[in-house]
Parts: sequence; structure tokens; C-alpha cells
Amino acid sequence: MKPRFPPSRALRKAAAAVGLKPPLPAAARAASSSVSQRPNSDYVSFPGALKSAFTTSLKFETPGSYSALPTYRVVDQHGEVVDQSFKPDIADEQVVKLYKDMLYISIMDLIMFDAQRQGRLSFYMVSAGEEAVSVGSASVLDPEDPVYCQYREQGFFKQRGFTTKEFMSQLFANKNDSGKGRNMPIHYGSGRLHIHTISSPLATQMPQASGAGYALKMQRMQDANAKPRVAVCFFGEGAASEGDFHAALNIAATRSCPVVFICRNNGYAISTPTLEQYRGDGIASRGIGYGIDTIRIDGNDMWAVREAVKRARAMALQDGGKPVLIECMTYRVSHHSTSDDSFAYRARVEVEDWKRRDNPITRLRKWMEARGCWDEGKEKEARDGLRREILQGFAEAEKEKKPALRTMFEDVYEELTDDLREQMAQLKEMLDKYPDEYDAAEHDGGKDSLKA
Amino acid sequence: MKRSLFRHLGAAQPAAQTGLPPRRLARRYSTHPPNAKLNLPIDYTTTPLLAHSGRTSALGNSKEIPAHVRDGPAKKMNLFQAINDALGIALAQDDNVVIFGEDVAFGGVFRCTMKLADTYGADRVFNTPLTEQGIVGFGIGLAAQGMRPVAEIQFADYVFPAFDQIVNEGAKLRYREGANGPHAGGLTVRMPCGGVGHGGLYHSQSPESLFTHVPGFRVVMPRSPIQAKGLLLAAIRSNDPCLFMEPKILYRAAVEQVPEAAYELPLSKAEVLKEGKDITVISYGQPIYTCLSAIQRAEADLGISAELIDLRTVYPWDKQTVFESVRKTGRVLVVHESMVNAGIGAEVAAAIQEDPDTFVRLEAPVGRVAGWSIHNPLIFEKFTLPDVARIYENIKKRLDY
Repeated sequence: MKPRFPPSRALRKAAAAVGLKPPLPAAARAASSSVSQRPNSDYVSFPGALKSAFTTSLKFETPGSYSALPTYRVVDQHGEVVDQSFKPDIADEQVVKLYKDMLYISIMDLIMFDAQRQGRLSFYMVSAGEEAVSVGSASVLDPEDPVYCQYREQGFFKQRGFTTKEFMSQLFANKNDSGKGRNMPIHYGSGRLHIHTISSPLATQMPQASGAGYALKMQRMQDANAKPRVAVCFFGEGAASEGDFHAALNIAATRSCPVVFICRNNGYAISTPTLEQYRGDGIASRGIGYGIDTIRIDGNDMWAVREAVKRARAMALQDGGKPVLIECMTYRVSHHSTSDDSFAYRARVEVEDWKRRDNPITRLRKWMEARGCWDEGKEKEARDGLRREILQGFAEAEKEKKPALRTMFEDVYEELTDDLREQMAQLKEMLDKYPDEYDAAEHDGGKDSLKA
Repeated sequence: MKRSLFRHLGAAQPAAQTGLPPRRLARRYSTHPPNAKLNLPIDYTTTPLLAHSGRTSALGNSKEIPAHVRDGPAKKMNLFQAINDALGIALAQDDNVVIFGEDVAFGGVFRCTMKLADTYGADRVFNTPLTEQGIVGFGIGLAAQGMRPVAEIQFADYVFPAFDQIVNEGAKLRYREGANGPHAGGLTVRMPCGGVGHGGLYHSQSPESLFTHVPGFRVVMPRSPIQAKGLLLAAIRSNDPCLFMEPKILYRAAVEQVPEAAYELPLSKAEVLKEGKDITVISYGQPIYTCLSAIQRAEADLGISAELIDLRTVYPWDKQTVFESVRKTGRVLVVHESMVNAGIGAEVAAAIQEDPDTFVRLEAPVGRVAGWSIHNPLIFEKFTLPDVARIYENIKKRLDY
């Protein structure tokens, strides 16, 4: 249906307001509420839907009358290129580096999952089957783009430069953890790498990413030399059911915020399959409803992730800034976390089938092997090397002291309040009187850090 | 959550030209009985709590405002104008300040953001979609990038959809990020609060005590235009996130001479408004006026002298000022609008009895005058919010103990 654009000047101005570019003067904002209906017109000039034409046929739109949005892929599960326009934009050595980052995460996952089972750390979450989404997107974003993760984006940290020592310090909550031992394992964060510390409440990071995007836009308006940056926000398809998802996309669209929203649709939110999560066409179909440019891609195809995120970033910076939504289709091969046995709600055979049939790591490996830049020998050498590196970091981190006890009172406010100083003194008094009841010596500086 | 019905809660509209019978009955919202001697309307034009002609209020510590500001030009402002003045100064002085919320672009439903969008641009003062969780989350994201966002929640009654963003995100951001650096310290969330005579269940609430159970935010409530300007500027410039609660009944009612220059008043510092030796009355926000009326009557009738303290910041609050006063008077009454149970009064009373040096000086149980443990019902407001008679009676009870 070709939209009929109304002739009225007021209406044109109001329509332009939808794009919100350039920033509207007050008069144009006022005009958006004063559009009027012309007699006998065949277009609707209700302020709430500017381009809607009248129809005389009573017809409800049904989701079933639309086919599902297509899934973009570059390389199929055999490692063969299916997008004929595709040309690798990086050298083979760089592809190998990305492959090794994915491999690193999958090896660390196995080691740490077992370590949790042995009781050596309190909790862990693997990202098996989703390595391409995080590694691929990290590799095409600017290293200074601020990023909000959900919790299953370990590959993003790895690709951006998070070190083994940093991973292990966080997992073991030792004195080298930049989160100061306050957060559960896998709640990584890095000021150095512009990745916000992960928080457990789902989707809360989404409207924050919209705000961050708006801040980047404002900062560029105020300083034309400021680097063009976008905010990036990862979330799962389960989190997209939260109210914050709705708030975030709507506010990002209305305020034209440069944000790339990346959804990992892996089929499950803990035990809940997508059939019980939503009834529409996944997450991507919603983006259009918010007026957001959207694409669905094959999340097991690192090349598709790279191409889509690269393009999305450029689009997000166009026209003064706008949000873009990418839905990455994957499958959560692993349990939800170490506290979950996923075979309680899905068949083992289904998981095995996915592992065998399609996996982002083997897919890229097939592509590399066909290209001649990878082989069995290199695979073994890489696996052994990464395993050694991780185990060494593991052993070192486990030996480190825990953060200073004083750290628990700091950073609630910018400065310690009188109450917090008083409470710190009360804790010190307890440790003095009951030394056998507490393991203060495990902490950096022992109980002395609690001195005023 | 639209509340268009309550755009102008200041004034009730007469039912002219409607075909209704002429008005003979009392107005159908709470009012004062004709024979009342204690529960009289607060006369904001004469109360010594407001600076009507001079440049500082007759009561309180005028030295908190620097002399050159105090002695400089002043302008008559009501509370919403003082808020508007503070926001204008904040926008002019710092490019990082942005103001947003529902309906703030045209000036706000209470006029607090009048002309700011025209003066400072639609990029810095703008409307958001109608989503409280979105507004606060958006503000936290801005603050984490080093901006100084001032978010508005149209009524404190509607802050609850944003509770998760406030409690789990804004409050914990600095703590969670640790050495990584980002924090929500630049964030200020403004919200009109308190009873207004006919606000019913959802235009009357004072949810401050819910936020005082959340480490990380400072919770502030001013009592007057001078206080509002100084405390709001301090909140915006503070590197801790702040919840700034504005008693909406004072938006138009409280008028005083406010210094035109920029100034700050200290956060987490109480103010002794009036010294006394027999009882300490502690409150904040609008009930400060009610307390003063009750104190004036009690002093005249009973020949006593009462000390009046405005907490101003209800968390983290100024224990030292309160303790010093109670050690002197030995008797305390805490007054607030929100429900008595687990309200600010509970925390103040517990802290007073817990402090050994203050506990031994108590000569009567700590008293609390607050809303009953109910919701704020439209037609019954005059029977639930603290009034002069209840405060007067409770002062007497402390003294008779």
C-alpha cells in the first residue's frame, strides 16, 4: 500500500517530527497536536498515525498473514559461503584470532563449570553455542563504544581484551577484581574496555543503554571533534518480555538515540521455551512496531554477525542517531547456569542434535579449513595452549587474597557517611572480640583495613 | 498512568453554568470546621518560616547562604518558581545537565520547567514517552556517561514502576562497578509529593521512607522556596544520586524573597529552625508549618519552649543535630505525613533510644504524629494527615508524662 502523503504544511512538519531530525523548534512540536482533518480526504490525519489511509474493508491484521522475517546468513552450517556478495573484510590471521577467542571461551566454560561442581567457586554460566554473537559483534564495534551486557557475553569481553587474570580475578572475587569482590561470578565489568559491569536484574540495562546513547549524541553535539560512538546493548529473548525492553526501545526511538540492541534468541529462558515467552514473530517483529530498523540473523554464523553489526553501527550513527535492533537466532546448548539441570525440561537428544548439527565454532572452523588457514594440528595446538593459559590463571587467582574488608563499606556513596564509619568500627570491634568467629586474615590487610 | 484530571491540583473549579443546584453544602473535600481554634489554615503570608520582605527567613540558619548571595538581589518566588530558577541555573552553568520526564517540555504540569526548553533547547529539556521505569533507567544511562540528568516523575505516587531502576540499578551502580568507575552520581530524580487536600489515593503519597531503606541515594525534601533552590542545586551537583521530593501543596502557597544568585544548601544536614528547651519537634516538608503553629499555641498555653528541627535530608540524615537537641530537651516528637509504621519517625526514634548519651536524657517516650496506617482517602484527608491539634496534643502528652 503506497502511503499518501498529506499536502498540509503543518502536517508535513508534524510528520518530520517523527524522525526528530534536526531537533525540533517549539513551534513544530506545537504543530504536531494541531493537525486537522480536511473534508473528504482519503488519508487520515489523526495525530497518532500520520500516514494511515482510509479503508472501507473491515479487516483485522493477523500475525499469520505475514511470513516470518527472514534470517540472514553468510556461511551455512557446512562452512560454505551462501551470500555471494560476501568478501571477508579481514585477513586470515585476524579470523584465526577471532576463532581462538571463541575457542578460549568454550574451553574456559568447561573448566569453570567443573570447578563450580567441585565447589571451588560459587556459581558459573557458560555461553556454549552463542560464542559467535559476542565475539563477532565485539570485533566490528569501536573499542570505545560503551557496552551493556546481560551475562552470557563472555566472548565480548575476551575479544575486546579482557585478560585471563581479569576473568579469574572476578570469578574468584579476589583482591584484583575490579568489581572489588562484590558481585556474583560472571558479573564481569571493565572500565578500561568500556563494558559496564553486569547486573543480575534482567533488562534493566536496556533503558540505560538508551540513555547512554543519548549522552553520546549530546556530547557530539557539544563537541564536534568528539569520536562518533554508539551504545551497545545485549539481552536474551526472555529479558525482552520485561517492561524495561519496551521502555528502552520506545525511548530510544522517540529520542533518536544511537544504540545497537542485540538480542540473543537462544530458544530458552531457563526452562521456559519461546512458545511460552511470546506468540509473535520473535523479537525482531517488535522492532518495526517501535519504528526501529531491524534485522534477524543467524547467530551461529560469525560472518553474518559481523556484517550485520558493522552495518547496524553505521546506521545508528546516520541522521543524527537512531536505534537499530538485531535478533541473533541461536540455541542454548548448555544448562542455563550451574544451578540448573536443563534435562529436567528438554530432551537430551535435542541438545545433542544441536551440538552435532550446528555450532558457531565448528562452522567457522569448516570455513577456515576450506580456506586453508586452519587444520587439525593447529586446532590441537590452540586448544592445548589455551587450556594451559586458563589453568595457570585459575591457579594464580585461587591463591590471591580476598579484597580488603573495608571495601564492603566503600562506594555506597562517594564518601563514607558517618553511619558507615560507625558501622565499620562496630565490625572491627566484633573481629577484635571474637577473632575465632571470622576469617579476617583471608582478606587483604586483615582486619586492619577497618581502622578509621 | 495518565493523570490529566489532576493537571492543576492547586485549585478546585467552581461548578458554574452546569445546571446543578446552587452550592449550599460544604465543599466535597476536606475543609476546616467553623469553630476550630487549633486546626486553622496555615497562613503562608505571615508565617515566620518564610522570608516575606527580608532576604532570609526569620527562622533558621541564614548564615548557610553565603553573605554576598544573601545581600545580593532577591526576587519574590513561590516554590515552583524557585525550582524553575534552580533548574535554569543548573542548565546555564553546566552543559551536562539535561531535564526530561512526562510533559516537561511545555513547562510541566506544575510549571516547574517553564521556558526552559525555549531557553536551553529541545535537546536538553524534553518529553519522554510515558514510562517511569524508562525515565529513571534512561537517566542512569546518561549519568553513567558523565552527564547530570534531572529526571521528573510527575507524581511521587507514580515512582513505583521505577522502583527496580532506583533500588537495584541507580543505588547500586557505584558499588557494583567498583574500580571500573561509572556511577549514577549525576542523577537527580524530582517528584511532587504529599497531601494537597483532594489528591486521593494517587496524588498524595509521600514514599520517602521506602527510599531511606535503600543505600546509595540521598533523599531530600525542602520546606520552602529558598530551601528548594539551594537544596536542588546541591542535589544536582552532588556526586551521589538524589531523590528530590517537592511538597506540591507548597508549589504556589509558599512565597518568599529568594536570592537570585546561585547558592547551595548542605545535604544530609538538618536545620534548627527555632531553639527551645522543653521538647524537640522534628519534621520535614510541609508539616514543618503545622508543627510551628502547634508549637506557638503550646508555648502560649503551657508556658514552655520547643525546639523545631527540619531534617531536610531524610537519608542519610543528620543524627548529630537531633541527638544534641534531644540531650538538651529530653523530649521528642517526630511528625510526618506518610504512614506511621516504618516511617521516618521509626528510624529517628530508634536512633535516639539507641544512642547511649541521648537515651539517658530522655524524660518521656519518643512520640510520633504521622498518617494513620491507611491509604490517603479523598474525603478523609483532614483526619489522617498530621494537623495542629494532634501535634499540640502530643506535645502536651510528652510534657505531662
